[in-house]
Amino acid sequence: MPLPWLIVFLPWGGAAALALIPRTALAARVNIGVAALSAILGLALLGHPGGEQGWTRVDALNAPFVALSTLIGLTTAIFSAGQVAAEGFDALRTRAYHAAFQLFLGAQALALLSDNLGVMWVAIEIATLASVLMVAVHGTPAAIEAAWKMFILCGVGIALALFGTILLTMAAQPVAGQGDPSLSWAALRAVAAQCDAGLLNLAFVFLVVGYGTKAGLVPLHSWLPDAEAEGPIAISAVLSGLLLNAALMAVLRIQAIVEANPGTVATGGILVALGLASVLLSALALWRRRDARRFFAWSSIGHMGIAAFAFGLGGAAANLAGLLHMAGHSVVKSAIFFGIGHAARLKGSQKIEDIGGLVATHPALGWGLAIAIAAIAGLPPFALFASEFLLVTATASAAWWLLPLLGLGLFTAVAAKVTTLQRLCLGDPTPDAAAGPGRMESLTAIAPLWLHLALALALGIAMPAPLAAMLQGAARMLG
Amino acid sequence: MTFGQLPYDVAHLLGGAMLLISFVLLYQRRVPAVINALAAQGALLAAAAAWQGWMQSAPQLYLTAIIALAAKAVLIPLALRALVRRLDLHRTVETALGIGPSLIAGVALVALAILVVLPVTAGARAIAREDLALALSVVLLGMLMMITRRNAILQVVGLMSMENGLILAAVGVAGMPLVVELSTAALVLVAFVVAGVFVFQIRERFDSVDIGFLESHRGERR
Repeated sequence: MPLPWLIVFLPWGGAAALALIPRTALAARVNIGVAALSAILGLALLGHPGGEQGWTRVDALNAPFVALSTLIGLTTAIFSAGQVAAEGFDALRTRAYHAAFQLFLGAQALALLSDNLGVMWVAIEIATLASVLMVAVHGTPAAIEAAWKMFILCGVGIALALFGTILLTMAAQPVAGQGDPSLSWAALRAVAAQCDAGLLNLAFVFLVVGYGTKAGLVPLHSWLPDAEAEGPIAISAVLSGLLLNAALMAVLRIQAIVEANPGTVATGGILVALGLASVLLSALALWRRRDARRFFAWSSIGHMGIAAFAFGLGGAAANLAGLLHMAGHSVVKSAIFFGIGHAARLKGSQKIEDIGGLVATHPALGWGLAIAIAAIAGLPPFALFASEFLLVTATASAAWWLLPLLGLGLFTAVAAKVTTLQRLCLGDPTPDAAAGPGRMESLTAIAPLWLHLALALALGIAMPAPLAAMLQGAARMLG
Repeated sequence: MTFGQLPYDVAHLLGGAMLLISFVLLYQRRVPAVINALAAQGALLAAAAAWQGWMQSAPQLYLTAIIALAAKAVLIPLALRALVRRLDLHRTVETALGIGPSLIAGVALVALAILVVLPVTAGARAIAREDLALALSVVLLGMLMMITRRNAILQVVGLMSMENGLILAAVGVAGMPLVVELSTAALVLVAFVVAGVFVFQIRERFDSVDIGFLESHRGERR
C-alpha cells in the first residue's frame, strides 16, 4: 500500500480495533500505540518524493501538515490516556470515544492528502461525523446541544461544499474530459484557465462557504465555541489543531484552482474580508468570555482569520506567513488545551474565575500555560510571532490601508490574552478541588505541553532548513 | 417540439416535481405528512437518476437510483415514522416563520437560483444547466426549511431534502465520477444514524424533540 494510504488506513484499522475494546486502560494504551505508529509514518512522509498517486498527492503544501497532525495526534493520545480514566465512561462510551478519535485522525489525514476533490469532501465529512460523536460523548444536555449545533451547521456547510464540487466538475468537463481528471486537483489546476469563469466563480462561492464553515471563519463560526467547550478536552485539542487546518487547506486548494483562471472574481478579496471579520469579531468576543475553553475556541477563530487574511493577500511572503501561522497555531493551541484541561481537573471547573494563581501552586503547569498563552498571543520568540511579523510586513507592502484594521484586531486580541494569562496563571491562587489528578496523570498533561512549547520555539527561531525550504516551496506554489 | 426533446422534457418534469415537493415540505405543518412528502421526493430522485442513467447510457446511475429508492423513499421515512410514533408527534409543529412568508421566501429563492445559474452556465449543455437550476432551488429550499423549523426531526428532513437536491445536480452532470454519488448515498445514511442517536438522547433528557428547549443550556448562560 502506498505511504499516503497507509497513513489513512492505519488509524482507521486502529479505530476498528478500538471499537471492540471496552476496557479504558487497555484502549488508551492501544490508542497511544496506533498514534505512535502514525507519527512515524507521518514523519516518513517528509522524505517522500511527492507527486500524485491515484486519488492522493504529496506535495510541499500537505506533507508538513500531515507530519505535524500525526505528531499532535500522538501527544493528544498521551494526554487523553491521563484524562480518560477520570471521565467515568461506561464500556460503550469508551469504545465510541477511542474509535471516533482514530477515525477522525485518519479522515483529516485523508482530507490533507487527497488529490481528488470528491475524496477530500468525503474525508471532511467523515472527520465531521467523528468529531460530532466525540463532542456528544458525555451525553449531558449541553454536550448534546453543542453536538447538534455542530452537526446541523457543518451538515449544511458540507452539503454546500458538495454542490460547489459538482459545479467545479461541470466547469472542468469540457476541457479535462470525463471521469477522474475532472475532480483531480492537479488536472483542474492545469486546465482552469480554459474553463468557464462564471461556473468557477459560482463553485468558489459554494466551496468557500462550505469549507469555510468547517474552518470556523466568521460569520460561519458559531458551532465552534460550543463544540470546543463540551466533550472531552482532548477533542478540543484536535478540533482546534487539526480539523480547522484541514478545512482551511481545502479552501486554499480551491482558491488555487479558481485563481488559475484570469477571468474569475478576486478570490483573495473574499478571503481577506472573511479573515478580517474573524480577526475583529474574535478580538471583541475574547473580552466577554468567562469559560476558559470558550475563550481559547474564540482565539482559534481569530487565528484562522489571520491565516485566511494572509492567503487572501497572496504573494510568497504572505502565503508563507499563513502556512507558518497555521502550523504554529496547531502546536500552541493544542498545548493550551492540554494545560487548561489539566487545570480544570485540578480546580474542578473550567471557568476562568475559578482557575487562578497556577504559577504559585503548580509551577510546572502554571509556567507552561503562561508561556503557551504568551505564545498564542503572538509574543516573541515563538512561531506565531514570526508569522504575524511576516504578515504585517507583507500587508504593509501589498495593501497598507488594511494595516489599521488588522493591527486593531491583533492588539485587542493580545490585550485580552495577556489579561487572561494574568488571571489564570498569576494572581491569587484559587482552592483546588478535593479529588485532583494523580502524579502520572499530571505528567501526561504537562510533558506534552512543554514538548509542544519546544516545538513552537523551534518553528519560531530554529526551523530546520529542509522544512523551511518546503514551506517556502508551498508558499510559492500557492502563488 | 420534436421527438428528440422528449428525454429532456422527462428530466425536467422529474426535477420540477422534486421542486414542487420542496414547496410541500415548506408549507406542511403535520409531521407525518412531511415525512410522506420526503419519501415522495426520494422516489422522484430515484426516477430522475434512473432516467439520466438511461439518457447518458451510464449504468452506474442505476445503482444511484436503487440506493436512493431504498434509502430515501423507503428505509429512512419508515425509521422517521417509527420515531414519530414513539415520540407521539402526531400534531402540528410551530414554525419560526409563518407559512405565508416562508412560501414567499421560497419563491424568491427559486428566482434567485435561476438568475444565478442560467447566466453563468451559458456555455454548458441546456439540460445540464436547467437541471442545475432546479437542483439549486431544491438545495436552497431545504436550507430554508432548516432555518424556519425549530423541531429536530424537521431539521433533519430539511437536510435530507438538501441532499436530494445535491444528488439531482450530480446525476445531471454527464460523466461525473461515480465516487461522489456512492459516497453521498452512503454518508447520508451515516449522517442520518448520527442524527437519530441525537434525537433519541434528546428525547431521554427533555421529553420533547423541540430544540427550543435546548437553548437554555447554552454554555455561557448557565
